[in-house]
Amino acid sequence: MEWWRDIYRALREANVRQVVYVPDAGHAALINACMADSDMRAVPLTTEEEGIAMLAGAWLGGERGVILMQSSGVGNCINMLGLMKTCRFPLAAFITMRGQWHEFNSWQMPMGQGTEPVLRAMGVLVETVDSPEDVAVQSQATLHKAFVGMQAGALLLHQRLMPLKTFGKSKRQVP
Amino acid sequence: MSEPMRANDFPLRRREVAKQIHSAGGDELLLVTGLGSPNWDFTVAGDKEQIFPLWGAMGGAISIGLGLALAQPSRRVMVATGDAEALMGVGSLATVAVQSPPNMAIVILDNERYGETGMQTTATAHKTDLSAIAAGSGIILSETIHDQAALDLAIPKMMEAPGPCVFVIKVRAESLPFVLPPKDGAYLKDRFRFALLGDAAIV
Repeated sequence: MEWWRDIYRALREANVRQVVYVPDAGHAALINACMADSDMRAVPLTTEEEGIAMLAGAWLGGERGVILMQSSGVGNCINMLGLMKTCRFPLAAFITMRGQWHEFNSWQMPMGQGTEPVLRAMGVLVETVDSPEDVAVQSQATLHKAFVGMQAGALLLHQRLMPLKTFGKSKRQVP
Repeated sequence: MSEPMRANDFPLRRREVAKQIHSAGGDELLLVTGLGSPNWDFTVAGDKEQIFPLWGAMGGAISIGLGLALAQPSRRVMVATGDAEALMGVGSLATVAVQSPPNMAIVILDNERYGETGMQTTATAHKTDLSAIAAGSGIILSETIHDQAALDLAIPKMMEAPGPCVFVIKVRAESLPFVLPPKDGAYLKDRFRFALLGDAAIV
């Protein structure tokens, strides 16, 4: 569970200044590292679509930013993603997946399964990483895609990278 | 006149308000204008490259202004939007309050209507007080302006008071001719960046 350090290192190397997020347990260590970094501004959002708009504003002002969120947040961003496409703003989104693999909460399934089709429908280029050793290169590629390739891109962090989440109710689960 | 229709008689007129703010801000002010009438109002006052006018992204104007204000701490950044657009992104007032950018002002031209879609009443025509929401979100300087005298007093604060600050300006509900800025989003983004950043804007 140290792959988050590879994302953090990639953000620093890419000179990312604004890190906007709605928290996810899978991003918790990365968020803490960004909060502690005096070169970065970590901004908690009330909903993910604010973050898409904020990154557009950051780019207008000459700064690079990224958004960290959980897959369920993608549904909250759909219309705002049109802003990035219409104006050709760069976007780098790091999305921790739910509703994908060993998911104990069935309420997470619909948006988890819808995440990639929704992003693609809105013109976002999508990559998935499911092994810790690939997180570094995939993170670098996502940032390159945004700030060198001038594209909207998202990196989906597969649920198998995360510890299994049970809310301590495992003994009540049917095998 | 019934209470939800009271805005039909508000004394302040949105295009005059926009002209006054536009003139006071000059070319130093960086402006994000929200989807719909505020965009047309500031186009009447004078389209220019220091304005990023929104043709979509409803609910996003305040957040765009926040990202810009954090990126450009030495410049005054103003978001000028409408009541319906602000209501759609109302949580962003909390996000702004927490970040507390001292260079950011938010102006809400509140005609208590959805102006582009048939002048249906918004929540502010009935119960909702946007400056109270801003204050409750943690924005210290938040006021509602009803007349010219109050507007005259508020304009220097919009340009210089330590932010973030919110000014809800009650304007008459009126349907006015469309006066449109350029529409191509990539052009609007690039002209704004080039005016602000010079050659560094070219990637």
